[in-house]
Amino acid sequence: MVKELDIAAVKDNLDAVLRFVEEQLENTGCSPKTQMQIELAVEEIFINIASYAYYPETGKAMIRMEIKPEQREVSIIFIDLGIPYNPLAKADPDVTLPFAQRKIGGLGIFLVKKNMDDIHYEYVNGSNVLTIIKKI
Amino acid sequence: MTIEQLKNEEKLTLAVEGRIDTKTAPELEKTLQGVLDGIKELVFDFAKVSYISSAGLRVLMMAQNQMNQQGTMTILHANKDLMEIFDITGFTEILTIL
Repeated sequence: MVKELDIAAVKDNLDAVLRFVEEQLENTGCSPKTQMQIELAVEEIFINIASYAYYPETGKAMIRMEIKPEQREVSIIFIDLGIPYNPLAKADPDVTLPFAQRKIGGLGIFLVKKNMDDIHYEYVNGSNVLTIIKKI
Repeated sequence: MTIEQLKNEEKLTLAVEGRIDTKTAPELEKTLQGVLDGIKELVFDFAKVSYISSAGLRVLMMAQNQMNQQGTMTILHANKDLMEIFDITGFTEILTIL
């Protein structure tokens, strides 16, 4: 089952995006913890797109969510037409540093990587395409 | 998200309820800006927090930064899903999470 949401990539739409994701996860038997991890990944990615992809303009994000019940797997693809940006190219923050040496912020994509089973990025036909996969 | 404040002389407890996400974290940040004067002990009671994203973690870092100048900061009653986020990000090592 594949569902798509085409939405303006603005922070105010975060709740609508999360509602869309929750709706798809209903009746999948996905645990509350897994649901939280998926919501977290979706929030971090959507907010990144809303903040940077079209800055200082705004644009759209397309979110395509597929539930594969046999594989107990969900995949969510985020597509935007903003500036080419591979969020996976950025080095992970060093989370072992003492407080004084830690940067404030920069944990979003790291949290996505840690909470998903797979994540990949490609730039095709003028689009940033970021896919996350989670076993449910 | 709602924030209940309990002040006892130099100790301030903020009992937060709900989600600390990109939409609500600025509210927590704003609350903190106005209430930390003269506080030596800041306690976050997260018993009723169901979710935290990087936006919330950022506010906790800022609060710790402030409290390093003037006293202590403690996070209480985080549920196990939240604890996992704190573990992954190394927050269990750099903040006081009981």
